[in-house]
Amino acid sequence: MSTRNGLRSYSLKIWRQAGPDKPGNLVDYAVSGIHPDMSFLEMLDQLNQDIVCAGGEPVAFDSDCREGICGTCGIVIDGRPHGPLVNVTACNLRMREFPDGAAIVAEPFRAKAFPIVKDLVIDRSALDRVIQHGGYVSINVGSAAEANQMPIPKDIAEQAMDSAACIGCGACVASCPNASASLFVGAKIRQMMLLPQGKAERTRRVLEMVQQMDAEGFGDCSNHGECEAACPKAITLENIATMRREYVRAALKSGC
Amino acid sequence: MATDNTEAKLDSRAPSGPVETSWERHKRDARLVSPANKRKFTIIVVGTGLAGGSAAASLAELGYNVVNLCIQDSPRRAHSVAAQGGINAAKNYPNDGDSVFRLFYDTVKGGDFRAREANVYRLAQESVNIIDQCVAQGVPFAREYGGMLANRSFGGAQVSRTFYARGQTGQQLLLGAYGSLMRQVHAGGVKMFPRREMLDLVVIDGRARGVVCRNLVTGALERYAGDAVLLCTGGYSTVFFLSTNAVNSNATAAWRCYKRGAYFANPCFTQIHPTCIPRVGEQQSKLTLMSESLRNDGRVWVPKAAGDKRLPGQIAESERDYFLERMYPAFGNLVPRDIASRAAKLVCDEGRGVGSGLAVYLDFSDAVKRLGKETIADRYGNLFEMYREITNHDPYETPMQIYPAPHYTMGGLWVDYNLMSTIPGLHVLGEANFSDHGANRLGASALMQGLCDGYFVIPHTLGHYLAGGGLVSVSTDHAAFAEAETRVKEQVGKLLAIGGRKSVREFHYQLGTLLWDRVGMARNATGLRGAIEKIRAMRDEFWNNVRVPGSGEDFNKELEMAGRVADYFELGELMCRDALEREESCGCHFREEYRTEEGECKRDDERFSFVSAWEYAGRTGDARLHREPLEFDTVHLATRQYK
Ligand SMILES: Cc1cc2nc3c(=O)[nH]c(=O)nc-3n(C[C@H](O)[C@H](O)[C@H](O)COP(=O)(O)OP(=O)(O)OC[C@H]3O[C@@H](n4cnc5c(N)ncnc54)[C@H](O)[C@@H]3O)c2cc1C
Ligand code: SF4
Ligand code: FES
Repeated sequence: MSTRNGLRSYSLKIWRQAGPDKPGNLVDYAVSGIHPDMSFLEMLDQLNQDIVCAGGEPVAFDSDCREGICGTCGIVIDGRPHGPLVNVTACNLRMREFPDGAAIVAEPFRAKAFPIVKDLVIDRSALDRVIQHGGYVSINVGSAAEANQMPIPKDIAEQAMDSAACIGCGACVASCPNASASLFVGAKIRQMMLLPQGKAERTRRVLEMVQQMDAEGFGDCSNHGECEAACPKAITLENIATMRREYVRAALKSGC
Repeated sequence: MATDNTEAKLDSRAPSGPVETSWERHKRDARLVSPANKRKFTIIVVGTGLAGGSAAASLAELGYNVVNLCIQDSPRRAHSVAAQGGINAAKNYPNDGDSVFRLFYDTVKGGDFRAREANVYRLAQESVNIIDQCVAQGVPFAREYGGMLANRSFGGAQVSRTFYARGQTGQQLLLGAYGSLMRQVHAGGVKMFPRREMLDLVVIDGRARGVVCRNLVTGALERYAGDAVLLCTGGYSTVFFLSTNAVNSNATAAWRCYKRGAYFANPCFTQIHPTCIPRVGEQQSKLTLMSESLRNDGRVWVPKAAGDKRLPGQIAESERDYFLERMYPAFGNLVPRDIASRAAKLVCDEGRGVGSGLAVYLDFSDAVKRLGKETIADRYGNLFEMYREITNHDPYETPMQIYPAPHYTMGGLWVDYNLMSTIPGLHVLGEANFSDHGANRLGASALMQGLCDGYFVIPHTLGHYLAGGGLVSVSTDHAAFAEAETRVKEQVGKLLAIGGRKSVREFHYQLGTLLWDRVGMARNATGLRGAIEKIRAMRDEFWNNVRVPGSGEDFNKELEMAGRVADYFELGELMCRDALEREESCGCHFREEYRTEEGECKRDDERFSFVSAWEYAGRTGDARLHREPLEFDTVHLATRQYK
């Protein structure tokens, strides 16, 4: 790549916490030799190399795909989940966004429903349990009809895809003052609501998912909109509005 | 060369007779487990990617008890989620002449005649059902205005048979399987165990009966017993250090099974993907793929003159070499991956690479002129965005720079037609097995294979195995579990005790760079012999000088990585041995000594028309080679032509 500016140095403050029930605190580190094209996680890799070589314990953080699609990574960087850029995950955030010498603070996503595992690693299994309560189409394998027998207009498919693009990272929860999972849940509700395949379970799905969301300790949505700003996949507030409408409709229909 | 296929162990069990009806006949003859008996069986599924997720969901739906182990914090994050371009199916919706036979034919030819015909035919047949299944799950595939499913073309094919969901096909297919899986978790048929790494296989009375895992949060070793084990642990391109695979992809589960008696097949076959973003620095942790679908509209070129360092816009049309279009006029930019990769290497070796010298241009300016920016944005918008994010350059304005990178491992545990390894009861699905792709995987067929194995093959073939009987009940108290656990404990303890001076990452980098160099895009006997010596020396150093911090009773990423890299040293050596043994060039395996006058692959069907299957025998150096001969009754052996 043509960006061949010199290598950079940063001073970091990183949240260290040995385990879920242990106390945690911000610890100061310095890194140098950082190429501006490196990702934020590669910068942490380098820091960890330095720590290991100096005989210390590296900073625990989670990642897998490192290209913004698996939803594994997620760090609050300078107060924002996934860092300063719009629609960019922490693994896709490049160090060129941080001027040479900058001070950077890295903390875990915080929410009651996301206990800290260690350092920057959190437990997001609550999101799986919400999906278990109806976030799918109940179809048995091998019994599907010919795919083109059910035409779906292009714009509907596109809208469904916009919602389906959620990576389940939990940034919406971490950014919300109420730690609500409404954006995540709304995205799944909207995807399924738009598609003919999702219609049969429409009523039951929204009631059960919302109920499970509450049971997991996620807060209520009070329209702050922080989630939309933090979402790396441009999931819009429209999804929450859809979920609300679907909920009211379902509640009336089921008489509860 | 003597073939020892007389061994019962390497019986492919592929039905004889016409390939078109093999699968139907095989299913008809398969034994069945009655509905009431299914719940008496426990199946351990390792991995939650397309193969593992679809298998676990399908089996639970049939009524089996499924234990599903997942290395990530959620099954939705399995590596399959990263696939971009699409999934093939012989639906012939565009009416451009596709059929099951053509998909079968393209795949056998694309794999350079090193795949098993019966398997590939079954894959092509089931491809049609996969799309139906996924659509029914609510996978939002791309659509035409009229509401019908949209298609595009991919490398190695002259028809449009690829289904896609923007550039996020793998994500959407995986979320479909994940939905089915979550439904079964809720219904109680699947017990899900996230953040677990399988570290050993438990074999009792010659059959796979369980696994030992490390709980990645607490460090505790855990035992799981069952009636069969399904290994769905994906590929191991990360052996090369830099690859397109997720950082947690690994060979450990497969390798430990190999050490318990499962044969490892075709380890030297690694697909090198031609369109990746070139590497920039030493600290880079992975390479990012740019979907092959980009070659539908992007034209690949380099300057005609070596050392031409001008900006692309300053190089006139007449001074450009559109080398794929020049060398392979029939397929042009859509030649298969091995061919495109080798051509890119060739022009870069000639000093005509751009950027760092290890890159070629993928240029969209013609396509933008022809189709308009909007159409291009519609087709590839998110890929362009991704490219810009990573490189800080805008592909609408300036050509992308791309270079080949390790991507997909065609090598893996040997399996028969039933997807069973040489250890009875151990079934291997998806990228973790060796089957279906031969020496080169065509684009958009790995997703197809993973889902075919999980949704449509294993539900039948596993039942056949279980109904065969002879499975006595075993519990995790069996001595074999204790033995396996001791082996794992000893290795963990050993790694933590070395206390050397080099980090795991340094060793991984060193090994990966060597492998890329010697058994990457091209190999030769001298290089391979030298590599084997070097790997042995590195491995000795690793076991004396690696530094693994922290403890075993904790969340410890360095320890996880250390175990995987330890296995990579052994696997790396086997990759080199296999490559050395195969004195021919085929598909991705380009032995420099065996090429045609035009510099293309030169197969030797007389001597090498076989699957190599390696049996563990103590040290890697002693591994024993078995050969499964390949017969081509339907697609006749021919030289691959893309000219
Ligand atoms: C960037 C990229 C793009 C691709 N694009 C395409 C495409 O467009 N079309 C296409 O057909 N193919 C594509 N492929 C290939 C395809 O995605 C994979 O081959 C396929 O998804 C593999 O599926 P799988 O289920 O076999 O394995 P995976 O999805 O890799 O799943 C294996 C799972 O097992 C887990 N695991 C591994 N080891 C252990 C262990 N010891 N214990 C417990 N769990 C373990 C892994 O973490 C993972 O979750 C692409 C691949 C990449 C890397
Ligand atoms: S809605 Fe956005 S922020 Fe929330 S989990 Fe999905 S991708 Fe992440
Ligand atoms: S590591 Fe996968 S989204 Fe960041």
